[in-house]
Amino acid sequence: MADSVRELTDGMFESDVVKSDLPVLVDFWAPWCGPCRMVAPIVGELSEEYAGKLNFFKMNTDENPQVPTKFGIRSIPTLMIFKGGELKGTIVGFRPKSDLKKRIEEAIA
Amino acid sequence: MEECDIAIVGGGGAGLTAAIYAARARRITLVFEGRMTGGQIATTDVVENYPGFPEGINGFDLAHAMLVQAERFGARVIYEGVTKLARNSDGTFLVASDGTEARARAVIVTAGADYDKLGVPGEAELTGRGVSWCATCDAAFFKDQDVAVVGGGDAALDEGLFLTRYARTVTLIHRRDSLRASRILQERARANAKFRFRFNSVVERIIGDDTVTAVALRDTTNGEASQLAVSGLFIFIGQTPNNPLLRGLVPLDPGGHALVDLQMRTGVPGLFVAGDLRTQAARQLVAACGDGATAAIAAEHYLSE
Repeated sequence: MADSVRELTDGMFESDVVKSDLPVLVDFWAPWCGPCRMVAPIVGELSEEYAGKLNFFKMNTDENPQVPTKFGIRSIPTLMIFKGGELKGTIVGFRPKSDLKKRIEEAIA
Repeated sequence: MEECDIAIVGGGGAGLTAAIYAARARRITLVFEGRMTGGQIATTDVVENYPGFPEGINGFDLAHAMLVQAERFGARVIYEGVTKLARNSDGTFLVASDGTEARARAVIVTAGADYDKLGVPGEAELTGRGVSWCATCDAAFFKDQDVAVVGGGDAALDEGLFLTRYARTVTLIHRRDSLRASRILQERARANAKFRFRFNSVVERIIGDDTVTAVALRDTTNGEASQLAVSGLFIFIGQTPNNPLLRGLVPLDPGGHALVDLQMRTGVPGLFVAGDLRTQAARQLVAACGDGATAAIAAEHYLSE
């Protein structure tokens, strides 16, 4: 199965994250951020492993200032996991895949 | 159980260079890296003193190129941090992470060093919310804002100068009255209109509810307390070697760095330490890479004996 991480914009946040039936993981990134380029392929792999359980999005913080500001993001990469419209987990900085899986399991449990 | 000739603990400049040499010598080579390959260099904006790049090169790009080069020769990277390193009775080594156990005939430890924390109230709570150890990662979030950098060495000035591209002002907070950073960086900082200096000052507390709003300072000469309004605090006050795996296994110097000879050999046959984790390291990328090559060649000799 292919990587299924979709682009998220400020305008989509309400419909695709807050009102989502499935829990959602958002990868906040920017083109100038080296560590973000390390995280992206891992998030891609996770999107395959969690297909049907968790929706995956990436949000470019340069192009979408509203959501990052709302959540006080001051450091990227940041991953946020939402369930039932509420923020359930925040992961700042690069973490190995095994750590990410642990945090996802906790957040969507 | 994985079997390999050479296990490399750490995927920074030293580890990746060791991997290039070991894999190119046709040794089965595993690299364990629990965080980002490239180590400290991966979050450096411009590396200006690595030979061959007269205009400088982005640290992440350089680190990534080293990774691709090591993989091209057959080295395999396991993205897990090593939790256990032990010597087996037959002279091989057990290298274990959360998900992997490997038996290695030789081990090169290149675990490097981590930036120190201040250890003041507010630091842990506000990490990622204004408190940062990586200007190149986070500077863009501080556009037209006031930020501070703590420290007086090259890292503090380097990162502070990078911050001036985005921030309105960058105040360098340093506990002494002079800097130990290299001259060229000091000259650049003094010439930069956005750069301010707060000497003889220590950070006592980081203030903010959701994000950083100020730091509480104390003047070390007269004991006076003050506050500096900033929305970001970048901390570069020194480094601590990542030596827990080596404790009890090899002798360390008083600073916690491994004692090695000129071939990066520890007292334990088959166990090498290279890069910032070894004693008297120059703590420069090119020196770490040189160490990695030296250690890999010494490991190759060890395995051929």
